[in-house]
Amino acid sequence: MPLAKINQVSGTAVYVPGDDIDTDRIIPARFMKCVTFDGLGEYLFHDVRFDEQGRKKDHSLNDDKFVDSSIMLSGKNFGCGSSREHAPQSLYRAGFRAIIAGNFAEIFFGNSINLGIPCVGMDAEDRASLAQWIEANAETQVTVDVDLLQVRAGNLTLPCKMRAGARDSLLNGAWDPLDELLSVSSEVDQVAKQLNYV
Amino acid sequence: MTPKNLFQKVWEAHSVKALSNGQTQLFVGRHLIHEVTSPQAFGMLREKGLPVRYPERTFATVDHIVPTNESSEPYSDPLADAMIKELRKNCEDFGVTFFDVSTGKQGIVHVVGPEQGLTQPGMTIACGDSHTSTHGAFGAIAFGIGTSQVRDLLATQTMALGKLKVRRIEVNGDLAPGVYAKDVILHIIRKLGVNGGTGYAYEYAGDVFDRFTMEERMTVCNMSIEGGARAGYVNPDETTFEYIKGRPYAPKGDDWEKAVENWRSFASDEGCDYDDIISIRAQEIPPTVTWGINPGQAIGVDESIPSPDKVAEDEKAGTVEALEYMKLTPGIPLEGTPIDVAFVGSCTNGRISDLEEVAKHLNGQKVKDGVHAIVVPGSQIVSQMAVEKGLDKVFINAGFEWRAAGCSMCLAMNPDKLIGDQLCASSSNRNFKGRQGSPTGRTMLMSPVMVAAAAITGQITDARKVFQN
Repeated sequence: MPLAKINQVSGTAVYVPGDDIDTDRIIPARFMKCVTFDGLGEYLFHDVRFDEQGRKKDHSLNDDKFVDSSIMLSGKNFGCGSSREHAPQSLYRAGFRAIIAGNFAEIFFGNSINLGIPCVGMDAEDRASLAQWIEANAETQVTVDVDLLQVRAGNLTLPCKMRAGARDSLLNGAWDPLDELLSVSSEVDQVAKQLNYV
Repeated sequence: MTPKNLFQKVWEAHSVKALSNGQTQLFVGRHLIHEVTSPQAFGMLREKGLPVRYPERTFATVDHIVPTNESSEPYSDPLADAMIKELRKNCEDFGVTFFDVSTGKQGIVHVVGPEQGLTQPGMTIACGDSHTSTHGAFGAIAFGIGTSQVRDLLATQTMALGKLKVRRIEVNGDLAPGVYAKDVILHIIRKLGVNGGTGYAYEYAGDVFDRFTMEERMTVCNMSIEGGARAGYVNPDETTFEYIKGRPYAPKGDDWEKAVENWRSFASDEGCDYDDIISIRAQEIPPTVTWGINPGQAIGVDESIPSPDKVAEDEKAGTVEALEYMKLTPGIPLEGTPIDVAFVGSCTNGRISDLEEVAKHLNGQKVKDGVHAIVVPGSQIVSQMAVEKGLDKVFINAGFEWRAAGCSMCLAMNPDKLIGDQLCASSSNRNFKGRQGSPTGRTMLMSPVMVAAAAITGQITDARKVFQN
């Protein structure tokens, strides 16, 4: 089945403040004991959303007005830490289809693109305006436009950025590389043969 | 011929083709897997009806979820038990070699690979674990990957990757006494920042690295990812070859000389280009300890807890957040911070030389009352070597718990966890909020000898004052 071409993502958004939000914050390691990714969405940001008795804490992801959001806005160096795909998988399974941040940790970025989740970078000032807008307009749609590299929200049109190759792969429906990797079997054998691994 | 650095040479040798998204299809010589990030990938293969393309290039072990205080199965945690059984089944079904607990070769994947001689210069190595950068110590290009890429590797032995830039980090001069490889990498991350390495592979060089043992090089390369670099490596030399020689998967007989010659050819050429070069004086590196919630929030042991008014504007919010989480007062000396738990182990510092160095200092000393101290060998082989040298007794006599091999308290996917807001002096690699298993648990990263000093005095202390022998 051909992959969807992802030109833009629209939905309501939620702001999760903070820089250096690491993969343990996105999904604490103790919830990674699983043999499938199903059900991971439930544990998204668990330890900042719930206290030790499992009671809801004051957090935007617990706020009823943001409960259906599919776009997340956060700070710098989002997704740093582990290479675990559990982090973008838990975001995906909790319904998130695009992430806006200052910038992204490299492995997290790659893992997210592989799942067809656009991750766009945005300047601090624009992120602050967007955060304010989201707070005031929780029920109004935000659009992350991968093609035009802009985020639109009400009257706001804010520039964003994404690495060209990743953007192309979303626009062309080639974000999961497996089929292309599988297509050159004999070339792979040739490289394997030329390597002097003993 | 244009001089090239090691990264460029390894990259070119393993490139299959340019992909439509601008990335490169890269052949991966060795693929290491473990129980946490591989079951979903095998599930995807089954869904698509695909075999493992080169099963002889993938090796498995079990480390994250293994209890270190319980050896018989079924494990008391049913999820952990399901994960080890799933890995066993996947390895059987797809013909992958598995260093299972019963083989005596199980351990943390980044300890096992080098120990078995699977990690060799000039290779590409990948594993669904970010600390795969460890293997770069041998002059390999090694990186952590996500589960979809584990799937890609199982199915094709290749993956899509964008070419990295290369930053050479030279550390020249003499390290002060009591300064270890761990301090070198904590210092580098402190200086360059936790995302300073984004887009780069780090080449570690200079006379400090030339003199380092392989295990010291592994400690540094291990934490490359904490500085944002996808990979980190040291050029292969005689120290590298000597370490590999005679190991189970090392080339043997006539193949050995051929292999060494080939490995040597991958080292960076004199006069080659780098995208960036940074130089650090070894003398300036103190015993380093993290005080915050990312590995870049580190200071010398004789410094004071940073104050938000004195840091750069863009670090202010992060400093406030870290101080609040760590329950530390700005401006007070780091030394004297009371600890509750001491952890020696992990893929960063769980090798035999780490245990030997700590044991050398521990002789006759006792863990402070009220401190829970554990030592966890990085592999069953490390454990066995330590027992043969009598190190287990030194640790036990000092009041440490001697555990079985695994990731243990580095990441809280097994029973070893902090409780409440306990503060742990830890030889591991991450001090993120909640990393060690309690949502309010606190971690301070440091060298294994500094962990031992904290265990004995019950507080963060300059190890050189505690161990004056």
